[in-house]
Amino acid sequence: MENQGATADPQLQQFIEVESQKQRFQQLVHQMTEVCWEKCMDKPGPKLDSRTEVCFVNCVERFIDTSQFILNRLEQTQRTRGTFSESMSE
Amino acid sequence: MDGFGSDFSSGAGSGKMDTGTIMEQVKVQIAVANAQELLQRMTDKCFKKCIGKPGGSLDNAEQKCVAMCMDRYMDAWNTVSRAYNSRLQRERARI
Repeated sequence: MENQGATADPQLQQFIEVESQKQRFQQLVHQMTEVCWEKCMDKPGPKLDSRTEVCFVNCVERFIDTSQFILNRLEQTQRTRGTFSESMSE
Repeated sequence: MDGFGSDFSSGAGSGKMDTGTIMEQVKVQIAVANAQELLQRMTDKCFKKCIGKPGGSLDNAEQKCVAMCMDRYMDAWNTVSRAYNSRLQRERARI
């Protein structure tokens, strides 16, 4: 880490960190838009009605909840049943 | 561990690029990549919604549907972006 700081341009490093984070955000927005479009969108109308908009907002919230739930549960099973690879091969 | 950063700053042989130029180029590339991503997913979704059985041409009704679908997809994208952003804000405030 220290070694890298001495050779790499700190301004550039900072820039890459910020842009990477922005990109992760954007990527997830692309993904969730696609998933929620399937769940929420009927026939595209002249405007996005409020019912559909609420569906999209809920869809985003539940998608993130699901992702966190799965992560937590995997962590739990890993802790109680030993290593991941063991529980996978059972 | 001196791959990434030093590769950029040394630029051996090809002449040294200044940081500002690199950052500008990276930004442009990111913007292009995002536009392509959106275009691809939008085409996919709106094709699916609007073109039932592909006929001899993209007829008037289909064109209207695709145009509307594009606008709604952008609305959806922005709604999702706002919802995700406010979720992140809330989660940051909790910590």
